Amino acid sequence: MEKYLEKSVPVRKKDLSFWQKLYIPAILQGMKITMTEFFKPSVTIEYPEVRTVMPDSFRGRPILVAENGTERCVACGLCARVCPALAIEVQAGETELGKERYPERFEINMVRCIFCGFCEEVCPEEAIIMSQEYELVFTSQKEALFGKDKLVKPIEEVRTRLDFLRKSR
Amino acid sequence: MANVKVTINGKLIETDSTRTIIQAARENGISIPHFCWHEKLSTAGNCRICLVDVEKMPKLAIACMTNVAEGMVVNTKNERVVNAREAVMEFILINHPLDCPICDEAGECKLQDYAYKFSQGYSRFGDDKVHKNKRVEIGPRVMFDAERCISCSRCIRFCDEIAGVHQLQFVNRGDHTTIETFPGETLDNPYSMNVVDICPVGALTNKDFRFKSRVWEMSFTESICNGCARGCNIEIGVRNNGILRLTPRTNDDVNSNWMCDHGRLDTWKHVNAEDRITGPMVRKGGILVDVGWDEAMAKVAGELKLFNKNEIAFIGSAFASNEDNYVLARFAKEVLGSKHIDRMSHRIDGGDDALLIRADKTPNDTGAALVGIVPGEGGRDIEGIVQGIRDGHIKALYAIDDDIAQHPELEKVITKLEFFAVHASNANKSTRIADVVLASSTYAERSGTITNFQKRVQRLRPAVVTLERERALDGLTMSRLDKFAAPNDSWGKGPRRDSRASWRIVAAIGNIMGGKFKYMTAEDVFTDITHTVDAFKGLTYLKIGSKGALLQ
Ligand code: SF4
Ligand code: SF4
Ligand code: SF4
Ligand code: SF4
Repeated sequence: MEKYLEKSVPVRKKDLSFWQKLYIPAILQGMKITMTEFFKPSVTIEYPEVRTVMPDSFRGRPILVAENGTERCVACGLCARVCPALAIEVQAGETELGKERYPERFEINMVRCIFCGFCEEVCPEEAIIMSQEYELVFTSQKEALFGKDKLVKPIEEVRTRLDFLRKSR
Repeated sequence: MANVKVTINGKLIETDSTRTIIQAARENGISIPHFCWHEKLSTAGNCRICLVDVEKMPKLAIACMTNVAEGMVVNTKNERVVNAREAVMEFILINHPLDCPICDEAGECKLQDYAYKFSQGYSRFGDDKVHKNKRVEIGPRVMFDAERCISCSRCIRFCDEIAGVHQLQFVNRGDHTTIETFPGETLDNPYSMNVVDICPVGALTNKDFRFKSRVWEMSFTESICNGCARGCNIEIGVRNNGILRLTPRTNDDVNSNWMCDHGRLDTWKHVNAEDRITGPMVRKGGILVDVGWDEAMAKVAGELKLFNKNEIAFIGSAFASNEDNYVLARFAKEVLGSKHIDRMSHRIDGGDDALLIRADKTPNDTGAALVGIVPGEGGRDIEGIVQGIRDGHIKALYAIDDDIAQHPELEKVITKLEFFAVHASNANKSTRIADVVLASSTYAERSGTITNFQKRVQRLRPAVVTLERERALDGLTMSRLDKFAAPNDSWGKGPRRDSRASWRIVAAIGNIMGGKFKYMTAEDVFTDITHTVDAFKGLTYLKIGSKGALLQ
């Protein structure tokens, strides 16, 4: 302890001036800012009556892209493998389509998902992408298991995100 | 054969002159990449990925076809070799489709692995790839994707040299080369699915396993095929507590690198089947009712007490392990004093071949006989038991792990029994008649040993969990999913049955009836066997290990 005290150098700040000691000018300055902001137009969004349009870079819940009525996904399982939260389960099956393989079952456990977007990044088919949706409500853990019924979205609805991904690649 | 000294990557190796560079290197822990070379097949030398630099040779040499010679100095990783390898990879990948996402081989593919290790990571080839047929049923059990084939000829050589049938051949030339079966032939030999294992890429795939799972989602457990007395060494691939495939495990003393298609496909479906006996059952008012273990075992003990020792017969099983049969034999002879004990034969005369398949279709007939499933002195054998039931001398029957009602003579008289208890894993003819059905674990759910026709003891290890086990606590192999599954996840689950190993059930009933079976694990039973059965003397599970041990 002694050692540290030896090294310390006392610093004495300059005393406040008379005007500063009065405080009133500082209070007036603050009031001025408050008043100018008070009469400016409001920036608050009245959620849920009003909703923001998210930028394309926004990462909402992951969804599966469907083209011509079928999902693009080939059930390669890479998203399931990369997912740090182990939220995804894919069961592949065989299809007559040219892609040979399709997800018989595709499930994302939305309680596990951390919206990291790794699945989107790893997908070789641009089949799983992050959407604009962020409002997720469940009343049980079972409900949080999103199957293909909740995941598959037609490509028309998600074009902007796909364009964004292409641009930012 | 002369001893020679060669230097590979600066390491001095003593070997003999019959070895090729790739063999000598491999035997000394240096791996040289290869696609077409296979330790059990003849050398083709067509993939060119095993190029190595041999001092004083003007060009790079292929390690699979160059024999070692005295004083040879080999380098497998200098710049020349690395560049050549990169070039070979680039050539192979020119026409290889980007199929990894839909290819079953992904994750255990040589081409994929080598692309990571030895390839530059990009292609200078901008034109269209050659297109070929993608979904060819080249055999009843094997699918062929011509685009993925790298023309290594391993599959052709396997059929010619190991299976002994000439079914496959190259057709066409250059980048249009592909594999075809001879006209009128299909790839249907009894060993056809081994080509799936040796195909270095995903050109030949297992039809049964097709798209079922990615390999990195499964756990693999070393075990033994239960399809016949050969006891081929296998690996059981499991996901969500269900078996998805079997693959052979190399054991040169038993099955080399191979297994038969029957063993690969037909010996495990019952483990996942819908008709599993999911818990102990007792017949009440004509129908089998689920009961607890205590009730079922008390019922068996109570019933058996009603008969005199000459009225009770026991049927062991060549499908059950040494441990199961040993405990049953002790129970019959020591606790009940019965001499009537035997097992059913499942020999099919002429049902064998020169490679692996044996006429005896059970995995453990040798072992069952050794540990005591033979009639005691003056006791009845299986025919005698049938006769005894027919004329009313045998009134109670206790059978384990075999559908004894399949026996044509036994079937006719079995209903004459006053009491019939059976251990079964699946519903069958016997369970339809039995008064008590005790749910026994299948070979994939228990620890134990079986003895093949060579008198080699080999180990079964549990790959699928039952209610009496926990994957983590009982040391079963775990996949990533098994490790991290939480109660609310839908994966990592799969049905678990309330079944028990047969020796455990018999020992428990034996203890109710005054026996002294103090076994906690299958290993305890085995230790007891080594003390009482001479052939097993001195063996332990550790000594058996993963390659088995020969009995004296
Ligand atoms: S966003 Fe991340 S956490 Fe969510 S499913 Fe995709 S990879 Fe998994
Ligand atoms: S990574 Fe893409 S193609 Fe593969 S399973 Fe996931 S969504 Fe399907
Ligand atoms: S099918 Fe497979 S094993 Fe046969 S030649 Fe092609 S790559 Fe080789
Ligand atoms: S030869 Fe016998 S032990 Fe080997 S795989 Fe076939 S059935 Fe199984």
